[in-house]
Amino acid sequence: MDFDALISGLDRHTLDGITRGSIYALVALGYTMVYGVMKLINFAHSEVFMVGTWAVLGVYTVLGVGAGESLGIVIAATLLALVGAMVASAGTALAVERIAYRPLRKKGAPPLIFLITGIGCSMVLVELFGQVFEVFFGPPFGRVTVNIPSVLETKELFTIPGIDLTITNTRVIIIVGAVLMMLALDTFVNKSRLGRGVRAVAQDPDTASLMGVNQNRVIMLVFVLGGAMAGVAALLYTIQYDITKFDIGFIIGLKAFTAAVLGGIGNLRGALVGGLLLGIAEVYASTIWSSEWANVTAFVVLVVVLMFRPTGLLGESLGKARA
Amino acid sequence: MSDQTMQGGTASVPGAQVAPDTSDHDALSIHAGPQGETLLEIDHVTLRFGGVVALNDVDFSIKRGEILGLIGPNGAGKTTCFNVMTGVYTPTSGEVRFNGKVISGTKPHKINQLGIARTFQNIRLFPEMSALENVLVGCDARHKTSVLGVLFRAYRVRPTEDQLPDNGFKRAFAKVFGMSRHVLEERGGRIRAMELLKFVGIADRAHELSRNLPYGYQRRLEIARALATEPELLCLDEPAAGFNPAEKEDLMDLIRRIRDLGHTVLVIEHDMKLVLGVTDRIIVLEFGQKIAEGTPDEVARNPKVIAAYLGEPDDAA
Repeated sequence: MDFDALISGLDRHTLDGITRGSIYALVALGYTMVYGVMKLINFAHSEVFMVGTWAVLGVYTVLGVGAGESLGIVIAATLLALVGAMVASAGTALAVERIAYRPLRKKGAPPLIFLITGIGCSMVLVELFGQVFEVFFGPPFGRVTVNIPSVLETKELFTIPGIDLTITNTRVIIIVGAVLMMLALDTFVNKSRLGRGVRAVAQDPDTASLMGVNQNRVIMLVFVLGGAMAGVAALLYTIQYDITKFDIGFIIGLKAFTAAVLGGIGNLRGALVGGLLLGIAEVYASTIWSSEWANVTAFVVLVVVLMFRPTGLLGESLGKARA
Repeated sequence: MSDQTMQGGTASVPGAQVAPDTSDHDALSIHAGPQGETLLEIDHVTLRFGGVVALNDVDFSIKRGEILGLIGPNGAGKTTCFNVMTGVYTPTSGEVRFNGKVISGTKPHKINQLGIARTFQNIRLFPEMSALENVLVGCDARHKTSVLGVLFRAYRVRPTEDQLPDNGFKRAFAKVFGMSRHVLEERGGRIRAMELLKFVGIADRAHELSRNLPYGYQRRLEIARALATEPELLCLDEPAAGFNPAEKEDLMDLIRRIRDLGHTVLVIEHDMKLVLGVTDRIIVLEFGQKIAEGTPDEVARNPKVIAAYLGEPDDAA
């Protein structure tokens, strides 16, 4: 146990935690929105994130960019990667909804069927990237970790005097990007016409459709939005870690799901709170003990919080997403 | 408690302080077809749930512009009838036609867009939205701009003189490029929603969460939300439940004013005084079957109806 290491580098570790937590929070939005509207945990969402990371790799490969490009190219490539990841992730989420969930909804399947279908979709997507694509396209697909060129290189921006905390460009981009996306989504749900439809379906689906709200359209919208957020998370993840892998979604998805439950599933702001808390707890734990303890700590925090607040920290639904 | 103080301590009976709205609401009138023509036909509809027959060969029609009452003892199938009309249930046999078009089997939101809206016996508002937002959800049903049109503001329309923004630059921009239909629809929706709240008499608490509103307000809000979808046919499911006599008077007045806007009204109600007072025609259901139909006077004198409500003399134990 090394509490001294934590205390001496508290600012740095907190910043690490917030970075990690921002990514969890963005992915968590997808779980929480789908749950708010459909009362369903979309277990395929982790793979929606995974597809996003591959899209980033795809865009960089097509553009032929690598490390050390000029600033203009870096910005353009990163923005294109962002769009590519958002489109790929949103498309995957939409495909899962259209191909897997909608037929079940039409038939009025019980909730457990949706759950197992989600897990099935997740496995299909994982094996697509882990095996099928390798057969057809060869590397980089397959069961290995793939490096993504660090187009956006980490640079020190400035150092906060007094506490000697170095701020890098990637951290700023990750945290600011995540917060901006969340603010945008929150505003969209609470202020816009489409968001009103989303909240109406979340609060009372049957009444909403009797008042002319097209439920299927709202559900599609929610999958697309959640997917797009996972796409943003995928880009931010690759900026920080420079890798992807066929099963990369599993752990991130599990953590994001935990973050969503921790903050109160169905609650957008809860996803942010849960994600940040989880990220910070993990980094602290891996500093005090070792990195193997990160996962254990994450779930201990979840269990403890749920013991005292069974509906999560902010515990309300998407429908109640007003301040 | 805070609700009470916000009304200046005048309200002890929920909704009783609502002043009848007498202002002009021409803007709310809907464009209805020729009066007196058949609007909705329930054509020999039977609905079975397993062995239970909820509706048995029910057959009646509603004419445009009338106020039709649907009455009957508890469990007679009145609300089930609404559910068949609004697409919640699909009839086992028979069909429902609206404006001559078969609507049985159509999805609820499509039926709503065709022009049928309803309220609920147990109030079903969106509890975590303000009164205004509840009505806006109804208004949205009439808006045409698609998801992409909203996101990219792609669909432009030429604004009329009073829709143009005041700001000089924005004004010039709008003149050249037109204005987003979504923006205009959204603005029009807000104005209309506010008008509707005034029309039903609850505009003073438009921005409160609907779950915090008093009971009488919630009932009226449901009516406003249904009206926001611009229905040709408005179905009210026991709108007077829990109302005192003064509130019932207000409600009868409101129902007449709704008809005057061009809506056709179908009302389920237990309160005989209200039904006999406000309707043009009444259908009586018992055990899922129609047992009588006619003007209020005819129905009130019909021995079958009296028996259904008061019980047969010989089985009075």
